[in-house]
Amino acid sequence: MSDAILSLSNITKQFGSLLASDSVTLDLRAGEIHALIGPNGAGKSTLIKQIAGEIKSDSGDIHFNGQHINALDAVQRSRMGLARTFQVSSLMPEFSVLQNVMLARQSVSGKVFRFFRPVLSDKSLVEPAMAQLERVGLADRAEMRAADISHGERRQLEMAVALALEPRAFLLDEPMAGMGPEGSKRLTGFLDGLRAQAPILLVEHDMDAVFALADRISVLVYGRVIATGTVDDIRGNDDVKRAYLGEEA
Amino acid sequence: MTMNRETFINCILGLALVIVPLIALGMDEPFIITLATKVAIFAMAGVGLNLVLGYGGLVSFGHAAFFGIGGYAAGILASHALNYEPIMTWPFEIEGTTQMIIIWIVALLASAIIALAIGAITLRTSGVYFIMITLAFAQMIYYFAISWPAYGGEDGLSIYVRNGFPGLNTLDPISYFALCAVMLGLAIAFSAVLIRSRFGLALQGARQNSQRMTAVGIAPFRIRLVAFVISAMITALAGALYADLNRFVSPSMMSWHMSGEIMVFVILGGVGRLFGPLAGAGLYIILEHLLGGVWEFWQLPLGVLLLIVVLFARGGLVGVLAGERKHV
Repeated sequence: MSDAILSLSNITKQFGSLLASDSVTLDLRAGEIHALIGPNGAGKSTLIKQIAGEIKSDSGDIHFNGQHINALDAVQRSRMGLARTFQVSSLMPEFSVLQNVMLARQSVSGKVFRFFRPVLSDKSLVEPAMAQLERVGLADRAEMRAADISHGERRQLEMAVALALEPRAFLLDEPMAGMGPEGSKRLTGFLDGLRAQAPILLVEHDMDAVFALADRISVLVYGRVIATGTVDDIRGNDDVKRAYLGEEA
Repeated sequence: MTMNRETFINCILGLALVIVPLIALGMDEPFIITLATKVAIFAMAGVGLNLVLGYGGLVSFGHAAFFGIGGYAAGILASHALNYEPIMTWPFEIEGTTQMIIIWIVALLASAIIALAIGAITLRTSGVYFIMITLAFAQMIYYFAISWPAYGGEDGLSIYVRNGFPGLNTLDPISYFALCAVMLGLAIAFSAVLIRSRFGLALQGARQNSQRMTAVGIAPFRIRLVAFVISAMITALAGALYADLNRFVSPSMMSWHMSGEIMVFVILGGVGRLFGPLAGAGLYIILEHLLGGVWEFWQLPLGVLLLIVVLFARGGLVGVLAGERKHV
């Protein structure tokens, strides 16, 4: 608990009669990948939105990097070093691939209100942005419009934008969604190395990837965490089997 | 570097604006010079609006307010100077002026302050609500101008002699055209620099996806507010020039018809295209004078044209001629 970078305690969110998050307590420690799994509608994406600050929790506390961040909005949380990717790629479609990453670099530099210098010849933005594109293997697409690249490439671009923010923690909402087996395998290898840079809270449906990557897994069902543990703990957990891994279905 | 097609079209548009009044000068047709001056001024008002409408995706239906504020800055300052009445005597005395440069500074400051206040409220809304609330603010200012008798109320305010500019006979049509054309050129150049800057990248990002903006840690609201203020200032400067062109300012400069016209210049010429407002204002004035002379319902075909542009040619005239952009 002491080395937790991100910790949630008793996070609750209710939409009408639907309890989307039911007193969720979990933490993300330095150097780990913590996978969040659960059936559709379990409230995984809602939880990510609460952590990112896009949805306000009804009750509970969120600490990040030693600070209580309940009162901070999504912009402030991002600037503190909480980078999230979206389940459905959320990019600037009319920007080039490079411009998408440069915008993130601009935010990190803290200098957005600059009115005169042309951005495309600003090496302090272009070079680090290109470096992130190379890391995810998109450097040869830099000049294309984000709207014109393939679905898999857009997923890579989402990663590059998150990387460019140089975050202290990643919130990845189904990064493998819609990727082919080849792409998933490559991304799995990439995320494996990424945990050394910053810990990852990983929401993912691809169980092969989850079991290959996760240091710990939390299982969310109807907004409740029914189990947290290592891969082996979760595999052997009867509640999880009943609720999630198929016996109920 | 090879010139791309849009740059080529832009050069043609700029050249046409300059050549037409020069030919008119040779043929001794001052009326055509005045029309070209009007095109330059309307285009400049459109350049202002285009910044928020085209690059920021914010459909302001209230830009006539800023156009009118610029106009009244010219009218009020000049009327005080010409009547030898100070604007205020206490706590210190402020005189009117007939110097355009001072008038422009006042127009820029006044529009910036009012745009800051209007933007701070309206930019909390979006979509149709933003359109309606910007319209509402402009109408408030419009009715205020109508009901304020000190400066002519509904009848407006005459500027007996066109205001002065150092080293220039502003009453000479071609000289005044040159001044307006240079101002338009500066406004376009400023826009071009702005949209390529960090701020411009953020503004265009906020148009496309505010969820993504937030996620990378840039608050769209502040970006939009600054853009709204800059946009209003450019439109106000055009308004000051327009009042001096007509040597008259009235509340109709602030009416919602005027807001609509400025919007038409931008949409007709090409939303988010640098020279779009010039193309749009040019086409508008040409139609007004070719068709308006023979048919009093000339706005009917204009409406049809606008419909065609919105339905089939989103890039407007510049888009049709230069093709779609590769990326912003």
